[in-house]
Amino acid sequence: MDAQWVQFVAGGLTVGSIYALVGLGFSIVFNASRVINFAQGEFVMIGGMSAVSLLIAGWPMPLAIGGAIVVATIVGLLLAKVAIERARRADVVTLIIITIGASILLRGVAQLVWDKSVHRLPPLSGDAPLQLFGATIVPQSLWVLGATVAIVAALTWFFRRTRLGKAMLATSHNKLAAELVGIDVKRVLLASFGLAAALGAVAGVLIAPIAFTSYDTGIMLGLKGFAAAILGGLGSFPGAIAGGLALGLLEGAGAGYVSSAYKDVIAFVVILAVLFLRPDGLFGALRGERV
Amino acid sequence: MDSSVHFEANASSRGSRTRAVALAPRTRLLLLLALVIAAGPLVIPNAYFYDVAILVAFNAIVCVGLNLLIGHAGQISLGHAGFFALGGYGTALLTARYGVPPLAALAGAIAAVALLAFVVGRPILKLKGHYLAMATLGLGIIVSIVLATEDRITGGPDGMQVPALTLAGFAVQGERAWYWIAGGALLATVFVVSNLIDSPTGRALRALHTSEVAAEVTGIDTARHKLLAFVVSASLAALAGALVAFYSGFVTPAKASFLHSIELVTMVVFGGMASTAGAIVGAAVLTVLPQVLTVLKDYEMVAFGALLMATMIFMPRGIVPTLAALFSRRT
Amino acid sequence: MGVTDIARLALRGAGIALAFSAAAAFAQEPIRIGAFLSVTGPAAFLGDPEQKTLEMYVERLNAAGGVAGRKLALTVYDDAGDAEKARTFTKRLIEQDKVDVIVGGSTTGTTMAAVPLVEQAQVPFISLAGAVVIVEPAKKWVFKTPHTDRMACEKIFTDVKARQLTKVALISGTGGFDKSMRGECVKVAPKYGVEIVADETYGAADTDMTAQLTKIRGTPSVQAVLNAGFGQGPAIVTRNYRQLGITAPLYQSHGVASKEYVKLSGDAAEGVRLPAAALLVADILPDADPQKKVVVAYKSEYETKYRSDVSTFGGHAYDGLMLAVEAVRRAGGTDKAKVRDALEATRGYVGTGGVVNMTADDHMGLDLTAFQMLEVRKGNWVVIR
Repeated sequence: MDAQWVQFVAGGLTVGSIYALVGLGFSIVFNASRVINFAQGEFVMIGGMSAVSLLIAGWPMPLAIGGAIVVATIVGLLLAKVAIERARRADVVTLIIITIGASILLRGVAQLVWDKSVHRLPPLSGDAPLQLFGATIVPQSLWVLGATVAIVAALTWFFRRTRLGKAMLATSHNKLAAELVGIDVKRVLLASFGLAAALGAVAGVLIAPIAFTSYDTGIMLGLKGFAAAILGGLGSFPGAIAGGLALGLLEGAGAGYVSSAYKDVIAFVVILAVLFLRPDGLFGALRGERV
Repeated sequence: MDSSVHFEANASSRGSRTRAVALAPRTRLLLLLALVIAAGPLVIPNAYFYDVAILVAFNAIVCVGLNLLIGHAGQISLGHAGFFALGGYGTALLTARYGVPPLAALAGAIAAVALLAFVVGRPILKLKGHYLAMATLGLGIIVSIVLATEDRITGGPDGMQVPALTLAGFAVQGERAWYWIAGGALLATVFVVSNLIDSPTGRALRALHTSEVAAEVTGIDTARHKLLAFVVSASLAALAGALVAFYSGFVTPAKASFLHSIELVTMVVFGGMASTAGAIVGAAVLTVLPQVLTVLKDYEMVAFGALLMATMIFMPRGIVPTLAALFSRRT
Repeated sequence: MGVTDIARLALRGAGIALAFSAAAAFAQEPIRIGAFLSVTGPAAFLGDPEQKTLEMYVERLNAAGGVAGRKLALTVYDDAGDAEKARTFTKRLIEQDKVDVIVGGSTTGTTMAAVPLVEQAQVPFISLAGAVVIVEPAKKWVFKTPHTDRMACEKIFTDVKARQLTKVALISGTGGFDKSMRGECVKVAPKYGVEIVADETYGAADTDMTAQLTKIRGTPSVQAVLNAGFGQGPAIVTRNYRQLGITAPLYQSHGVASKEYVKLSGDAAEGVRLPAAALLVADILPDADPQKKVVVAYKSEYETKYRSDVSTFGGHAYDGLMLAVEAVRRAGGTDKAKVRDALEATRGYVGTGGVVNMTADDHMGLDLTAFQMLEVRKGNWVVIR
């Protein structure tokens, strides 16, 4: 019974990192445009499926991964340019429906370009399970966790030290003020979608060896990523990470200790409870309301 | 006070006395709707088309209610399919397992859902925007998981059968009979909701949509009004769910899925928020569209997604408000 | 004129146009076959090969001159796994497309939604779904081709008993197939002296089942584990199973009887056993096996045309179509009552699922010999006798 909790934690952290990466994508887009991009899950799917088909076409693994990220980024930029930019004056709810339409469109295209089967990518460093503190994990889980940490570090550097990153951060605080100081908010919007798509693709490529990929894996992952972003506080990057990991751990612990049938219910009940106590999420800034 | 017909004196510019009889918009809508429903059987060729029309009506009932919450009160719910499904399951359980007469079961199920919405609504409506969206989404998912898991009560993921609806001892059968029931229910719904919208309550809702703080300052109990909109829309969803259960003869947990909730919100926004006619049009188009697009086979999903995106990009306020604005610009 | 009016007029126009086009083909009334399948959605694993199979064989039959001199006309709708959509599409097939026979219903949920409609409209319906409730009690107009989930449980427990094991842990998903099979297994277990010592579930889209399997591993008396699942879940279960180092024998359901499952599970699938139709091992069947010719032909034709591995679900659709076509031949026409009677009188039909013998009480016609117990060895199937 004692060693069991380590296993629950290990599993929970692995899925939690995926939720965290997807949630990050939600927060990045939200910051730039106040839009909840319901097509975020589809970026994950595009990343995984592109890598699969590039690999089948004979590309070596690193190039296939790189290519997949490029494909997803292009799709993200297209979505921003063709749809979001054009509708930027519309109601937030309208924008959400546009992203919902985009997710349906992307799934439809995916099933034509690829197929409806489930696919898997080979793991980055083999399948042999490792023993760690009494739990077994596959090496790919370590890659997922490690990549999440690395991405958080890279994003922190990006937002603090690069011009584009600082522009994105400024836009998220106050769009009008950012425009007034000369920031091209259209470019920021494009960059945000591109970045979110790239992140999604990385997540997709990393989990395809463990959780597989298919034309409709985006639906559930998008939902969980959204929940992670909200739990941590929409717009907060450490929040998205914390939210994702927390969600993963809740699922693992719920399945392990309470009931595997109700593990998702437990996770959502906890999210609801957190929202009642902290209506802006764990790390959401307690905003004052503009009157 | 607010009567449905008022006389506008002196509409003419040349001094002659013309009196125009103008009908309030909500009466116009009701009459138009009644006309469309009555004209239906003249156009509908077979039972399949009746079936689609009936489903349109049921979806429209949910959407008109949801529109009250989203369009007028400015809230959001991504979990309304949960209320819909609970209406269906409540009715199914009461009739199939406890032998309650169908109409009483219908009323009972709606009452139960209204109570649930009341209890859950108070804390949940304290949340705003995307957080409210997540909370309602979570609620809907919890409902769908519970319905699928407690299979001894609910029949599990494949759902359960529902006995036929009986009115005065006669089982309601056949698409024609259901067509009139669905049409009548829709008319009643539009009547109730339209009157609510044009009443002081409706104005209070619109006020709090614009600014909750300002509304509070003018003395409106925003919490109570939000809760009212939430409970009314939940009850309407439950009504539609119960009617669908009787009509199709079964209920499944998939009716509570978040994809269904999103479908409902899409119908409302697509047709036009804060427009009852918009809610009906949205429901009609998005119910009929998959039936039409199915001829595209593998391209159905692509076409549907593209259409949805294009419509919302070029008609951001939804179909009915955009078309209404177009027509009013011409006159 | 409201948008709804225009839409309804357009629909009526479409209906008239369809009627005219049907009349134009009056030369020889085609045999209309209707199908509603879960081509997209959570059951796409079932519906996609089913649709491909139906389309391919209708084309082949027509190229060979049709059936009794008449061409086949196939209408397929995608219900995306949604029972409500399936109901509407069934109504469309019956009322609008006026089909003579329906082959479809990829899942139990979608099938059961259509059952009241076909019973009322009196149209022969061959379901492609698994649950035993479809044909038990036998409904006059409803038939089915796949083995029932109860048969799968019985085949598995027969093997468990043969290995002298008694304590089995269950792990299943939350979908209709999983729940139905789990329920049947719990019911038939005592018949084989099997005791269910653990019962875990996972979500259909879950990506990690280590928590549930850790609990099973921790249950002291577990001697074998049965994963009553379908879709990608069982592959993840299989991988997690080896990752956690569980050595008890693992059984899967016929829902994952496919090369895709073996590919996704990789080396972890070594030693896994599951019940499957002979189609999966077409190449290694002895020549004397009555099914050999049919399954080899279907496998090579499907794999040549679609360049992907054959699946037992496609095979069920093949059987459904052929049974319908044979019934039409024997009935001498498309009179629905005669076709139904001919279907019920099917004897000795050799299909991909087995040899079919229907009776008034048995509208499926397969027995346990139609299932083979297979084991995965080095990425290939081996038959356990």
